Amino acid sequence: MSSLATVASNPTSNLPLHTISVLVRNQPGVLVRVALVFARRGYNIESLVVSADPANAEFSRMTITCSGDPETLEQIIKQVAKLVDVVRAIDHTGQAVVETEIALIKIKADLTERTEILQSAEHYKAKVVDCSASSLVLRVTGASEKLDSFITLLRPFGLVELVRSGKILMTRGPEAT
Amino acid sequence: MANKNGKKTTTSRKTGGNAPKAAGSTAQSGGKIASGGEKVVQCLEREGVEVVFGLPGGAAIPLFDALYESKIKLILTRHEQGATHMADGYARATGKPGVVVVTSGPGATNTVTGLLTALSDSVPMIVLCGQVIRPMLGKDGFQEADVTGITYAAVKHSFLVKNVEDIPRVLKEAFFIASSGRPGPVLIDLPKDVLASPCAAPFVDKVELPGYHVPEHADPAALKQAAAFLAKARKPILLVGHGAVLSNAGKALLKFAEKLNTPVVNTLLGKGAVPEDHPLNLGMLGMHGTAYANKAVDGCDLIMSIGSRWDDRITGKLSVFCKDAVKIHVDIDIAEFGKVLRPDVCLAGDARLVIEDLLPLVGRCDSDEWMDQVGTWREQFPLHYPKKGGLRAQHILDRLDQLGGRDSIITTDVGQHQMWAAQFLRTTKNHHWLSSGGAGTMGFGFPAAIGAKLGCPDKPVWAVVGDGGFQMTLCELATAAVNKIAVKVLIINNHFLGMVRQWQELFYENRLSGTDLEGNPDFVALAEAYGIKAFHLRRAADVDKVLETAMQYNEGPCVIDAEVVKEDNVFPMIPAGAALCDMIIEPPKAALEKPTGST
Repeated sequence: MSSLATVASNPTSNLPLHTISVLVRNQPGVLVRVALVFARRGYNIESLVVSADPANAEFSRMTITCSGDPETLEQIIKQVAKLVDVVRAIDHTGQAVVETEIALIKIKADLTERTEILQSAEHYKAKVVDCSASSLVLRVTGASEKLDSFITLLRPFGLVELVRSGKILMTRGPEAT
Repeated sequence: MANKNGKKTTTSRKTGGNAPKAAGSTAQSGGKIASGGEKVVQCLEREGVEVVFGLPGGAAIPLFDALYESKIKLILTRHEQGATHMADGYARATGKPGVVVVTSGPGATNTVTGLLTALSDSVPMIVLCGQVIRPMLGKDGFQEADVTGITYAAVKHSFLVKNVEDIPRVLKEAFFIASSGRPGPVLIDLPKDVLASPCAAPFVDKVELPGYHVPEHADPAALKQAAAFLAKARKPILLVGHGAVLSNAGKALLKFAEKLNTPVVNTLLGKGAVPEDHPLNLGMLGMHGTAYANKAVDGCDLIMSIGSRWDDRITGKLSVFCKDAVKIHVDIDIAEFGKVLRPDVCLAGDARLVIEDLLPLVGRCDSDEWMDQVGTWREQFPLHYPKKGGLRAQHILDRLDQLGGRDSIITTDVGQHQMWAAQFLRTTKNHHWLSSGGAGTMGFGFPAAIGAKLGCPDKPVWAVVGDGGFQMTLCELATAAVNKIAVKVLIINNHFLGMVRQWQELFYENRLSGTDLEGNPDFVALAEAYGIKAFHLRRAADVDKVLETAMQYNEGPCVIDAEVVKEDNVFPMIPAGAALCDMIIEPPKAALEKPTGST
C-alpha cells in the first residue's frame, strides 16, 4: 500500500496508468455507459472493480485503471462525469489514497520446488489457500507493483492460473472518495 | 375523424369508434386504475405535450390505445425516422421537447438516425418505444431489439422500464433531462406487459438526480478574467453557436456586441440568435461561411465562443486556428472545455445568464480600426454568384430572402442547398433556422418542417431540400397532405448529390462516382399524386412569381421543383483540414490537392 496513488505504466504501451474512481447510481446499463466512453476513443480499461455502497444500495463505486495520455483521459473523465447516472468521477493520480489489489495464483508446486515457493510466498506475505500434491493456490494482497513482482518471481515454476481483482482505492481521511 | 375534442388525427378509427369515452381525457374516473400505457399518456399531458409523432406496431398498441382518448394530437408518420425529425423540428422551433412514439424492434431502430441528429445538435426529444413483454426480453422474440443497447451512444439518457410503478418518475426525469442543461434526446423503452399492467403510482413533480448538475451562472472570478481579456482586446470577435439559440441569449448578445464594439459571426446552427441583417453580424463562418466572416476570425486577437463547440467545420486546421488570439469559451456542458482546444477562460453556465452577468463588467473596446477593417472585407468579398447561365439555387434563395424568407422558419437538408441557404437566407429570429448541423442528416429538412409548422402554425415554414435528401423522407408527403400542414417545400433539384459531386470535381479529378441521381421522379407529378399543390420552376424570370404564389398558398403543403444548374459549386470553401486563410473564394482554375480533413 502506498500513500500516493501510483503512476505505474502499462507494460504494452508505456503510458502511465491512472486510477479513476467513479461513484454511480446503481441503474441497469450504467457499466455499459461508462465503458462506452472509453471504448469510443479506443481506450482499453486495464481493470475495473465494482462494489456496492454499504451505506446506500442506490449507489456503487467503480475503480477503473487505464492508461492513456493525460489530456485525452481528462476528457474521458469529464464525459464519464457527464453521464446522468454518474455522481462523480475522479482521477486519483497523485492524491493521498490507500490502494490495494488482491491476486489468487495457482502454481505448479511439486515437492522439490515447494519449499522455495513457500519461502517466496512468505517474503511477499502471501497465504496458501489451497494445496494439492502438485499445486498450490496462493493469495497475495498489496500494491499492484508488488503483485507484479511476486508473479514475475513465480512464473518460472509454472503458473497454472492467475486471477487479479484489479486495483481498489480509497482516499485517506474522513471524506468519501 | 374528429373525436370529442374536435381534433383530427391521421388514423382511421375503424374499430372502437363507438366506444364510450371517459370524461376528462385519460384521467382516472370512477376509481379505475390507469394502465401503464394510460399513465404514460397522462404524464405526457401533464408535461404539456400537444402533439406526438409516431407509427404503431404490436408492442406499442397499448400506448396508441391510450392516445386514442387523449387530447394530445397524434401525427401518424409513414416512417419512424420521419417521426423523429418532425419531433426534432417541433422542438427546435418551439423550444419544447418533441415526442415520438414507436414500436419495438425495427420501429425503434428506425429512430436511431433521428436520435443521433438530435444528440449532435442538442435538441430535446423523448422517444417512447414499445418493447416485447418482460419474460421475452433477451429471447429474440418477434420484433425484439435491444433498443437501449443499440442507442446508448445516440441518446443523452435512456430508460428501460421494468416496473410499471416507475412510469411517473421515469417520465418526469426524462422530460427534465431532455430539456435541461445541454438538451438532448431521451429514450424510454416500455415492455408491452408493463404498459398493460395497472399503475397506481402517483404523479411525480420533483426530480432527484444526484449525478446531474446543470451550471447556470458562471464563476464570478472567471467572469472577471474574461472581462479583463475583453478590455485589452483590439480585434475581438464573438462566435455565436446553437447554445445561444437554445438559451435565448440573442438580445443580451446584441447588447453585449454593441457595448463592446465587436463583430459577430455565427455557426450554421447559431443562425438567428443575433439577427443576420444586423450591421455587426458577418453571417456564418467556416467551411462555406462568408469570406469576410472567416477573414475576421482569422485576423482577430480575441475570440469568444458562446455555445459553440469549435467544430471542425469552423476551425479548419486546428493548429493554426486563431493561433495567437485569446480564446474565451462559454458552454453549459463542461465536457466541451478543452475537448478541441484549450481556452484561456472557460465560463460554465447558461449562455444568456453568462452574457447578462458579463455585460456590466465590460466597456467599449478600442476596436474602431478593426471594425473598419472588417467593413472593408465585407465590401471586398461579398457573397456573389453568376447571374447568367441558367437557373441558380443562389438566385432562388436570394429572392426568397428578399421576399420574406428571412423572417420565416427555414429547415434544410444537408449539402449544397443547405450551404447556399445558410449563405443567402439571412436568419433574423431565434428558433427560425432548423438544420442538421452536427450529424449532417439528409432527409431531415422536410419532416422537420412538418414538426415546426405544427409547433408554430402561424409562422410561414419553408423546407429547403435537395433532390437527394428529399427522396430519403418524401413518404411524409402523405403525412403533410392528410393533415393539411402548410409547409412549402423548395427542392433545389440539380439531379446530383451535389456536395459530393463538388468534391469529386475539385479534388478527385471529376471522377463522379455514385453521385448522379439519374432516375429522379417528376417531383411535381409525385406531389400531385398525393393531392399536393406543386410548381415547376425552370427559369430565373419565374422565380419571384412562383415563390410568391407558394407564399400565398396556405391551404396545405406545396412543393416547388426548382430545376437548377446541374454542376454549380458552393463558394467560398475551406477544404476539410485546411486553414481559414486557405479559403477558396473564387472557383479555382487548377486542380486542387485532396483535403486532409475527415469529411
